[in-house]
Amino acid sequence: MSNQASVLFDTPGPRARLRNNLYTLLTVVALLAVAWFVFSKLNEKNQFDGQIWAPFFEWNTWEQYLIPGVQGTLTAAALASVFALVFGSVFGLARLSDHKWISVPAGWVVEVFRAIPLLLLIFFIWFLAPEVGGPGDYGLVALVVGLTLYNGSVLAEVVRAGVRAVPKGQAEAAAAIGLRKSGVMRMILLPQALTAMMPAVVSQLVVLLKDTALGYIITYVDLLNMGFKILPSVHFGTKLVAAIFIGVFYIGLNMLLSWFAHWLEQRSRRSRKTAAKPVVVNTAGGGIP
Amino acid sequence: MDELIKYGPDLWDGFLVNLQLSAICTILALILGTILVAMRVSPIPVLRASAATVVNVVRNTPLTLLLAFSALGLSDTMGLAFSEEPYDNAFWLVVMAMSVYAATFVCEALRAGINTVPMGQAEAARAVGLTFMQSLTLIILPQAFRAVVAPLGSVVIALIKNTTVAQAGGLLADSAFQMYDIFDTTGVSIPIFIGIVVAFMAVTLPIGWLSGWLAKRLAVVR
Repeated sequence: MSNQASVLFDTPGPRARLRNNLYTLLTVVALLAVAWFVFSKLNEKNQFDGQIWAPFFEWNTWEQYLIPGVQGTLTAAALASVFALVFGSVFGLARLSDHKWISVPAGWVVEVFRAIPLLLLIFFIWFLAPEVGGPGDYGLVALVVGLTLYNGSVLAEVVRAGVRAVPKGQAEAAAAIGLRKSGVMRMILLPQALTAMMPAVVSQLVVLLKDTALGYIITYVDLLNMGFKILPSVHFGTKLVAAIFIGVFYIGLNMLLSWFAHWLEQRSRRSRKTAAKPVVVNTAGGGIP
Repeated sequence: MDELIKYGPDLWDGFLVNLQLSAICTILALILGTILVAMRVSPIPVLRASAATVVNVVRNTPLTLLLAFSALGLSDTMGLAFSEEPYDNAFWLVVMAMSVYAATFVCEALRAGINTVPMGQAEAARAVGLTFMQSLTLIILPQAFRAVVAPLGSVVIALIKNTTVAQAGGLLADSAFQMYDIFDTTGVSIPIFIGIVVAFMAVTLPIGWLSGWLAKRLAVVR
């Protein structure tokens, strides 16, 4: 059912229209009441004072705090995305291998890293790194490695599901015309699987971008640390405004990526270049098929 | 191994906090998610739009930001308090942020479930004269829930894993914080890490199997 919303109820007649208008009015009144309540509370706590908002209109604040924060977040996200894509491709293909001694260990790695709570993994790497590599600042390393291992494992599942979504006849036909296993994978399966898994890959990158915020907890200098700790220590009382800025940044970027994923999915459904349907993968881990 | 035994009780207390959070947030998220999805398919455009806005905003915000915002913004700056006791206050703030976050994923899962219910079901419900609320609660939602048991299972598993982020909301008690605290004082310990991970898997794996089994059992045969 594509337009479920309209099939759940009849086209309203005069009485239903009146009733719906009444409900609409009540909702609007309720929303306005909430908005007024929030406004009056904010006003009560002097959140509309010029001195709180002023720093955000100075170039200095942007140059010293906000832009470096954005850079910190995007650096971690970019590095982790690249590494996770490599990790995912390697382990996804390894898990598809015909050799048990490759596919079974690869399967274990993927399942384990998908099931570990990401923050625990990041903490562990963060505290382990100085003991292995000597003293230093390992915030970025811990964040990127943690994100890579977790998201890479999910991406490995996406790759595997993508290759499996290609109908069996394709691989059989490729084998019949004399391609080797590597040739079947490289020339027949992967190109078709790529189209089918692109939406899931982009969706996972949204998850990765959201998870970069965990850097806040290990005091990696990302947007959250800049906005919630460093900036308020210089300009007192700016936490709420900083939260709005950080929220707009994450929500804007993620919605853009989500739309892109949706567009890719539509495109891949229409595509005649592939015989495979777009794949859906469970990201949580833990034995759900 | 010695560290794990020495700090075992602390870690266990922390893990119980994770379990408490998981249980409470799961229930709240399921209720709130159902309300949100009912709003999203309702005949009233304002309700649809406000539910869609809430879902899109919350779902695209990192959980860490939501938690930090409720602790630093709502509690510290705005003076929102659930309790006089700092621990209880932090606990309920975290519960609030996490339930709302998980509820948006419940809502999206249920909406996908509603899309699997054949058009004829809703049309038949209308034809026998059921109102919107009646057809939603008697015909559509029961079938939608049965179609999305497995996705709801992964929402719950993700929620359980996400309870480790509670410290961003000022709740310094869960097992992730305990691990951080121990590592900070005595250095990294592999047995402790593995111990906590195994404890989490001991909860998430059975939930995964259970929801997989339930999904097969409850699937609506069409």
